[in-house]
Amino acid sequence: MKDPVIAITRLTKRYGSLTAVDSLDLSIYKGEVFGLLGPNGAGKSTTILMLLGLTEPFAGFMKVCGIDPTKNPIEVKRKVGYLPDDVGFYDNRTGLDNLLYTARLNRIPKDQALRKAHQLLEQVGLAAETKKRAGAYSRGMRQRLGLADVLIKDPEIIILDEPTLGIDPTGVREFLDLIVRLSRDQGITVLLSSHHLHQVQQICDRVGLFVGGKLIAEGDITALSAKIFGEEPFLIEADIVCPASEDISPLQTALRQLEGVGSLTVTGGSLHIGCSHDVTADIARTVVQSGYGLTRLQKKTHGLDDIYHRYFEGGKA
Amino acid sequence: MEHPTGRRALHPFWVIVNKEMTDHVRSWRFIILLSLILLTCFGSLYTAVNNIGTPAKPGTPDNGAFFFLKLFTATDGTLPSFIVFINFLGPLLGITLGFDAVNSERGTLSRIMSQPIHRDYLLNAKFTASLLVVAILFFSLTFLVMGLGLIVIGVPPTAGEFFRILSFTLISVLYVAFWLNLSILFSVRFRQPATSALTSIAVWLFLAIFYPILIRMAAHAMAPDQGIMADPDAIVQYQHTVLNLLRFAPSQLFSDATTTLLMPMVRSLGPLTMEQVAGAIPNPLPLGESLFIVWPQLTGLIAATILCFALSYFSFMRKEIRSR
Repeated sequence: MKDPVIAITRLTKRYGSLTAVDSLDLSIYKGEVFGLLGPNGAGKSTTILMLLGLTEPFAGFMKVCGIDPTKNPIEVKRKVGYLPDDVGFYDNRTGLDNLLYTARLNRIPKDQALRKAHQLLEQVGLAAETKKRAGAYSRGMRQRLGLADVLIKDPEIIILDEPTLGIDPTGVREFLDLIVRLSRDQGITVLLSSHHLHQVQQICDRVGLFVGGKLIAEGDITALSAKIFGEEPFLIEADIVCPASEDISPLQTALRQLEGVGSLTVTGGSLHIGCSHDVTADIARTVVQSGYGLTRLQKKTHGLDDIYHRYFEGGKA
Repeated sequence: MEHPTGRRALHPFWVIVNKEMTDHVRSWRFIILLSLILLTCFGSLYTAVNNIGTPAKPGTPDNGAFFFLKLFTATDGTLPSFIVFINFLGPLLGITLGFDAVNSERGTLSRIMSQPIHRDYLLNAKFTASLLVVAILFFSLTFLVMGLGLIVIGVPPTAGEFFRILSFTLISVLYVAFWLNLSILFSVRFRQPATSALTSIAVWLFLAIFYPILIRMAAHAMAPDQGIMADPDAIVQYQHTVLNLLRFAPSQLFSDATTTLLMPMVRSLGPLTMEQVAGAIPNPLPLGESLFIVWPQLTGLIAATILCFALSYFSFMRKEIRSR
């Protein structure tokens, strides 16, 4: 694979006796949407602050766009946009003024900054609120203004810390769609931290599970569930039409012979089939060819929810 | 990033200074304090102009020369003079401009810190911006008073007077800078702007009002025998101790410095024995000599200012950047 844009090796941060980040290894590649997932206080924000050179690590190395943020934070901050959780703006200034201020701190010339700011406000859907004071913005609007604020410096990487906290469900979906679209269109690498499983699941290419300062699992959702649920990351449910008396063992035998099918349980008219990869189409064909009516066929992937819970059960055990 | 326009964009440090100055000038508290200062300034100017003629008997070297300086020091007792007002309102101005410098940046601090700027830019720029505002305010006020005085009394200041007034203004700015730094220090240490404002005001009231009272009480208790058999050395020694204790308060340093500068007849800030005064011709001191007398006061003020700034710098640089 290509060189990672963010490379972290054995990164450790201690506050007194508390180890906030414990020997973390992580690589994030260009154009990827990476979700840092973990409960509150897991060390996600600390890791992010170290990536930006805002906090010094206790031990370990980092490279962000090939630059060490501990030694040269200014260069890193030129290339990385950071949206803190609960982002604040200067309330007595308009949204546009706040954006222009950031642009000027990045030494973007005035006319260019103005053009860019208007374009971004349009993009995040705040074109009508340009002249409104930032103090009057709602939480969701502030978050969107924050995204525009991050993007005004044309970053290579954007880091979002709990970006969806406190926004209503529609707002969350729009916001996440916006992030994915930006990442795809402009090839921006996105690192986002959250403790919201579903949202991360919706948009992330890869996920890292972060608990107690340690990265305990990493990969795309399928890989993660494969890791945790062993041989059968997929569960397929099928309802078939057949009289209760009829023996369906020929069908069971046929299904078991399909490649990838593992466990198979039958309750009444519905079948629960665990499989190692997606064999939904084969199952459908087999059922129909065996002469049964297929009324429902559903593929269930183990969600992050299951993964998360499994891990915490495991952690406690 | 590519910058198509040839004109270089402003350095980020000056961008912050610019923004902070705009914030100050637009803020209500600054406008309120400005009107307060303007009001007292014109009030004291009015009393000064009314009283300026009364003691001016020709022939006395005291009043004939340095007529112009009286604008800043003359009073008939109803309203304090201009320098007393500055002594009193200066700290308030400094505290107003600094008490929420850092702790008001909740949520914005981490956002600004993630821009490509050095961490100390923010603190330094905030200090610079407030100091510039104070300097501009005081210099324009001084020139305004000078201009009005010129129109009203019709006597132009001599070069010596002019430079004395300029030094006075500079010292006033320095004095406010001390209070500014003290309140910035509190704004770094305390999370709530209200806490830092109240702490700054408490320190100011203590040093301006209670500290002199305490020292005088203590001085009263330890005063040496002042009878006919009193040892003159002991009395001089005692007076020196009391004065030096009083000089721990910046307002004392400021009033020492400004009095000496604006009243050229003052030739010592400590007690003088009859032997020392005997034979001295009551002539005003040249500016250089006056400055020489207040040099320790100036050094003290500068040192206190730098100490406060160093402390706030140190604690700001070690501050954990967290949102909220």
